[in-house]
Amino acid sequence: MSSISELEKIATQVRRDIVRMVHGCQSGHPGGSLGCADFLTALYFHQMNHHVDFSMDGKNEDLFFLSNGHISPVWYSVLARAGYFPVAELATFRKLNTRLQGHPTTAEHLPGVRMASGSLGQGLSVALGAAEIKKLNNDKGIVYTLHGDGELQEGQIWEAALYAAHHKMDRVIATIDYNGQQIDGSTEQVLSLGNLAAKWEAFGWDVLHTNGNNMQELVDCLALAKSKTGAGKPIVIIMKTEMGAGVDFMMGSHKWHGVAPNDEQLAAALGQLEETLKDY
Amino acid sequence: MKQYTYTEKKDTRSGFGAGLSELGKTNANVVALCADLTGSLKMDAFAKDHPERFFQVGIAEANMIGMAAGMTIGGKIPFTGTFANFSTGRVYDQIRQSVAYSEKNVKICASHAGLTLGEDGATHQILEDIGLMKMLPNMVVINPCDYNQTKAATIAIAAYEGPVYLRFGRPAVPNFTPADQVFEIGKAVMLNEGKDVSIFATGHLVWKAIEAGHQLAEMGISAEIINIHTIKPLDAQAVINSVKKTRCVVTAEEHQKNGGLGDSIAQILAEQFPAPIEMVAVNDSFGESGTPDQLMTKYGLDAINIVEAAQKVMSRR
Repeated sequence: MSSISELEKIATQVRRDIVRMVHGCQSGHPGGSLGCADFLTALYFHQMNHHVDFSMDGKNEDLFFLSNGHISPVWYSVLARAGYFPVAELATFRKLNTRLQGHPTTAEHLPGVRMASGSLGQGLSVALGAAEIKKLNNDKGIVYTLHGDGELQEGQIWEAALYAAHHKMDRVIATIDYNGQQIDGSTEQVLSLGNLAAKWEAFGWDVLHTNGNNMQELVDCLALAKSKTGAGKPIVIIMKTEMGAGVDFMMGSHKWHGVAPNDEQLAAALGQLEETLKDY
Repeated sequence: MKQYTYTEKKDTRSGFGAGLSELGKTNANVVALCADLTGSLKMDAFAKDHPERFFQVGIAEANMIGMAAGMTIGGKIPFTGTFANFSTGRVYDQIRQSVAYSEKNVKICASHAGLTLGEDGATHQILEDIGLMKMLPNMVVINPCDYNQTKAATIAIAAYEGPVYLRFGRPAVPNFTPADQVFEIGKAVMLNEGKDVSIFATGHLVWKAIEAGHQLAEMGISAEIINIHTIKPLDAQAVINSVKKTRCVVTAEEHQKNGGLGDSIAQILAEQFPAPIEMVAVNDSFGESGTPDQLMTKYGLDAINIVEAAQKVMSRR
């Protein structure tokens, strides 16, 4: 477990990695990745019991599934910084023959990845399957997921939500990246999520809220979520984030959802993000 | 023409149920999921004997496929059960990403395939599932012909590591293959050696191919009849070896011509040993309500259609 200031330093380096990776191949999704840098840092460097000597079965450890696979840069950076694979490999992101495919895959056997994702809406179901088997195996690991808020427009999410509550899947902690943006605009404009907390509550989930770009609040909320496991209800964290968080000109808009910075923009972004660990 | 006999007609879905039930006793890693069709899929015995390993997901097939993929993490072997329509077309993207691309050890077990589902009509009579599934990299596609073979296939796929699509049906059909058969994935079964025409059949059409073989024999035509229970990987060597003798081919299946067994065999032959082919299959059409027998006749999937196709293809040689 790391202190808040240590976690913040890691998250800053993760943000540097994200903009450099996306710049390096001139493609990818920086906005959502930056917004979730604090969450994934807190999860892998503080919250989860996990082993970097990766095994697909993940017995007796916590598991994480990234359902919104397009924010792969942030996950790859966190996995590498945590020790799953060499940090230098981040330079290969989205390039031919890489293990760091545009969207995460098991096909290239990248340590840390247990399921392909990218086509949205599938990760919660996968997590429920893994959690059912943990129960069957008397394995006390917790299963975590991350979803985009736009992703909640997929119907499969709500199939899974029904199942989880009916079967009291109380060792599942789902997190929603509630940044209010999707490709065609704000979720309000495209397809409103309405009262999101009330929806999850109505489905029988225990709903928590946090600011996903404040490390102390995040760490506290994750601890609270963990304390609520085993109480008969699945848990969802509605995590308010700012798309592009940490790079001022990428914030507050959906424009940086899937656009790479040019050389000048990269320099401007890196000027706002201290090199706290060594760049890859 | 070799004689095949049977003591009773049985549905292939019951063969699946019996195989799953046996796996429940012999393999503690086998788990099963069902989307509100436990009785139709004959999964009741497994569900009753192993409630802790049976997962009722409700009418939510997408969630079922995703959960099955997740259940492989931790070492289990999930078998999903619903109708063929809801096992494939409805959940194609879930299978593509979470099962096939992710190389998960999921067995997608699909009942009520094809026209012989009968009176429910075209919404439920999927005739495209073999094509959908065989196009997916990493996916094995199996369509056994009777109860015994379906039971043997069910047991065999548990021992195979990787995604499998197992297709079977609703009606009672002659149960003529040996109860003690060893099911070899990807290995065609020679039913009758012949020299004039090769008939490659799969699923419910295998028995009809045997009936056709007798009718052809009466006409003095020696038909080679081969049961292709595994459409992918296809036993290309068995196909080529047979066609080298006969130089003409009939394929027979309860599926669309587009994307089916005939398609797979045509591909192999076009590449390696060109020969005329006639395909007994549904020709770019949906089904409709009716009894299974009426539908097989109306859509040209009877023994007589195989006989006519054999005569025609021999004339094209």
